[in-house]
Amino acid sequence: MPVERFPKALRALALAALLGATPLAMAQQSVADPGLAPTVAPDPQLESDVMELSHKLRCLVCQNQSIAESNAPLAVDLRNQVREQLASGRSKDDVVDYLVARYGDFVLYEPPFKATTLLLWGGPVLLLVGGAGWLAYRLRRRASEVAAAGHLSEAERQRARELLAGAAQPSSESPESRS
Amino acid sequence: MKAKFLVPLILFIGLAGFLAFGLTLNPREVPSPLIDKPAPNFSLARLDDPARPFALEEMKGQVWLLNVWASWCVACRQEHPLLVQMARQKIVPVVGLNYKEVRGDGAINARGMALEAETAMAIERARRWLTDHGDPYVLSVLDIDGRVGIDFGVYGVPETFLIDTEGRIRYKHIGPITPESLKQVILPKIEEIRRAG
Amino acid sequence: MIPELGHFALVLALVLAVVQAVVPMVGASRNRFALMAVGRPAAQGQFFFILVSYVCLTWAFIQSDFSVQLAASNSHSATPLMYKITGVWGNHEGSLLLWAMSLSLWTVAVTVFSRHLPEAFVARVLGVLGWVSVGFLSFLLVTSNPFDRLLPAVGEGRDLNPLLQDPGMIIHPPLLYMGYVGFSVAFAFAIAALLTGRLDAAWARWSRPWTTVAWVFLTAGIAVGSGWAYYELGWGGWWFWDPVENASFMPWLLGTALMHSLAVTEKRGAFRSWTVLLAISAFSLSLLGTFIVRSGVITSVHAFATDPKRGLFILALLVIVIGVSLLLYAWRAPKLGGGGSFSLVSRETSLLGNNVLLSVASASVLLGTMYPLFLDALGMGKISVGPPYFEAVFIPLMTPVVVLMMFGPFLRWKDDDLTAAVRKVAPAFVASVLIGLGTAYAVDHVTWRTVLGLALAAWVVLASLQLLAGRITERAGASMGTRLRSITASWWGMWLAHLGVGVFIIGVTLVGSLDASLDVKMQDGQRAELAGYTFTFRGVQDADGPNYDAARATIDVTRDDRAIATLTPEKRMYLAQGMPMTEASIDIGPFRDVYVSLGEQIEDGTWIVSLYYKPFISWIWLGCTLMGLGGVFAAADRRYRRLAARDATVAANQRVA
Repeated sequence: MPVERFPKALRALALAALLGATPLAMAQQSVADPGLAPTVAPDPQLESDVMELSHKLRCLVCQNQSIAESNAPLAVDLRNQVREQLASGRSKDDVVDYLVARYGDFVLYEPPFKATTLLLWGGPVLLLVGGAGWLAYRLRRRASEVAAAGHLSEAERQRARELLAGAAQPSSESPESRS
Repeated sequence: MKAKFLVPLILFIGLAGFLAFGLTLNPREVPSPLIDKPAPNFSLARLDDPARPFALEEMKGQVWLLNVWASWCVACRQEHPLLVQMARQKIVPVVGLNYKEVRGDGAINARGMALEAETAMAIERARRWLTDHGDPYVLSVLDIDGRVGIDFGVYGVPETFLIDTEGRIRYKHIGPITPESLKQVILPKIEEIRRAG
Repeated sequence: MIPELGHFALVLALVLAVVQAVVPMVGASRNRFALMAVGRPAAQGQFFFILVSYVCLTWAFIQSDFSVQLAASNSHSATPLMYKITGVWGNHEGSLLLWAMSLSLWTVAVTVFSRHLPEAFVARVLGVLGWVSVGFLSFLLVTSNPFDRLLPAVGEGRDLNPLLQDPGMIIHPPLLYMGYVGFSVAFAFAIAALLTGRLDAAWARWSRPWTTVAWVFLTAGIAVGSGWAYYELGWGGWWFWDPVENASFMPWLLGTALMHSLAVTEKRGAFRSWTVLLAISAFSLSLLGTFIVRSGVITSVHAFATDPKRGLFILALLVIVIGVSLLLYAWRAPKLGGGGSFSLVSRETSLLGNNVLLSVASASVLLGTMYPLFLDALGMGKISVGPPYFEAVFIPLMTPVVVLMMFGPFLRWKDDDLTAAVRKVAPAFVASVLIGLGTAYAVDHVTWRTVLGLALAAWVVLASLQLLAGRITERAGASMGTRLRSITASWWGMWLAHLGVGVFIIGVTLVGSLDASLDVKMQDGQRAELAGYTFTFRGVQDADGPNYDAARATIDVTRDDRAIATLTPEKRMYLAQGMPMTEASIDIGPFRDVYVSLGEQIEDGTWIVSLYYKPFISWIWLGCTLMGLGGVFAAADRRYRRLAARDATVAANQRVA
């Protein structure tokens, strides 16, 4: 199906989204066909698991790269470890535990939840609650202040003075404000 | 000046304090989780007698150092005279862990090399290097593929582990040992372990 | 001789920066117009000398003058001319010079486009910018002189980092710096306003176009940088949550909040102290980003030039600029009034809600970026904070932002009826959820992420269409042309930028859910299949460049026996640094990219080839383009110019009086 040349952009979008799924099944089944290039990894499914996990593990000798991205010797060794252990049937958690036992939490791009990372994981929640609470408080207080202060605010009074002084044109400045 | 308007300033000053302190830290140095844990067991061929394996238990009852080295490692040359001197003074026995002697060397393409050939080459290179630079080790073992290195959490060469009489790792030194680090950190640690034991 | 000239010009620029920092400020406080008038020529002269200095440095690079340390370390006689020129900023000193030049360029822009502003205000703005410039120029001259000589000169240079020898890197740093540094103008406006205590709707209106233009530059800079990563790193990643990326993303988030907050301050005069704080914070985060990149305090893949000793100087600079600003804020902000009234259900509230969310997101990114440093400093161990953390935090925070972003424009300013508004958007909202679920099911990838992303994207698109339809049908009876013309540029800007967010989300979601890849060992004539495409290997030829050796593979891509593209990925070895690089080859399409990179040769004639299928990935950059375009529209709105004319008469009248 020639997805690229479909005329109507919107319909093509929907179609492309639909079609995207069908060809994904990897067509690398028969190794017997000499015209078909062999995969680097004997088991592509295993390899994709290895890479998925490797992207979450930090290469210790690199500047700031995962062991999936780096080709530093240690990164290659660790990737091989990951592959070997996953192939032998150990779970991803086992592999992670294995590396953490040797290199510490530093290898994890997703920091574990523990006492020292409490603020890291809780921080955004605290900030959100604090921010929302502050906003609600301010909005409520504003509403009562403005109600108490009468109808004209400082800015409006200033505006009125400018108008009286003849310096400003009547406001037509905000076409968006059609209240 | 209402207090709440000072909050941004206070937060910033705190942040700046951390940044200033951060300038003094080395972001490349990763502490080992193995400290005060039993050293991972291993059995590797000895450099002087490849037919004879060396196992960790052989050092039981001694306070000793495990020094990770390789002939291709430039920084190892820097600390080596210090190790030789330590050996002469018989401070503690030092076991060498020769790490990825052949395949770790960027100048050699070891891909596809048979393990026997690689081992023979490693032995030849490592022995020559020790002849040239002096041999401070009670013995060295060959970690051809770096697997034992991974078990010890080695991420660069040289690294040095201080292991106590019970076979527990008590301290890990990352990078070449300097006279200062030897005097100020490693020797006091050795003293401390000996006193406790 | 030329390098000494450049050095001397830099010294003169510093002298003029001091003049610009001091004289107009004094003039403004004593109300002396002659002193205030010094600001403009001083700023323009400063720009001239920085430009001279910059040209001299570039000359040293072009001429391969390896008696200049910087050229010797970052250039090579065989480097292509383009990369000799861009090599100037591919290092610490040169990039700082570019930073200073951007600042100076923005200052000159202020001198030109500020005729309508009160003189005393302009004088203070120029003074503030002058102080920042003094800081950076002295940083350059004291710790990072780009013209340092290397005696005796070396015969050949070490060449520019091959990663940076790429077309994307030609425009990425200038755009990024123009964005980063551009927030200095909004910052200077805020400080000048705090100094006078005059923070009114006019101040907000003056600040808006400056903020928007800086934001457009920053958006473009970040987008180009991520595009560079996409094809230069060779495996198709486009965002890594690296500290240096975060350093540009945090000001972007706060800049976005600032643009919207300025709108509320202009319309209703409300939340002035908040807006001022955002203006200070956005620029502070730009400075902090410079510190992170330049000090090496946080390890980053991008830290091409780091030096902790210089870190101390720039930290001092940071403390002075930000510390003084925040002190001024703490002193003056409590005196700012409340502003006009609006009810709880109004567009103001929705804008402020999003403001809070964007600020929380920015603070969370800051927390994640700095947390490893906090722990390390407190001796509590070393950890890494990477993409899994940022994604876990960012998605929940951005989801309400996107929902609110499209709901807000349906609310009227000042006061609205919540039930009526919700009823208006409810069909689109329900339809979005259904589309999200349906599409995820259709592409056979029903994960919460895919459903959420697709639903949000559908919500943005549907609500945008509904907004546009509402806007067009508003004027019953008028002709279509009149209806369209009645829509202001700033409305189109808002509409386009918000639509861009939706397009961006489509790209991110689909490439994240549906991409596929395969590593194969290929020989001449062999084929591989991925995602319906057939890749046929046609061998490898030598394709040596001026400063590298390369092997170039030819790979034919077909789909159902129809030719799609011929891709030519390269494996390069840059000679001066002995650094291997992969040059990916991409067939870019509107609905998918086909991406191929060449790995190593494993035996004679057999190469490792990585194949990638990246559906909808170009929508990420299309979305960014729409956002940027929206910013351009918003900044170009006629009313800024019309009101500028009015302000000019007010200013003139004040002066006469």
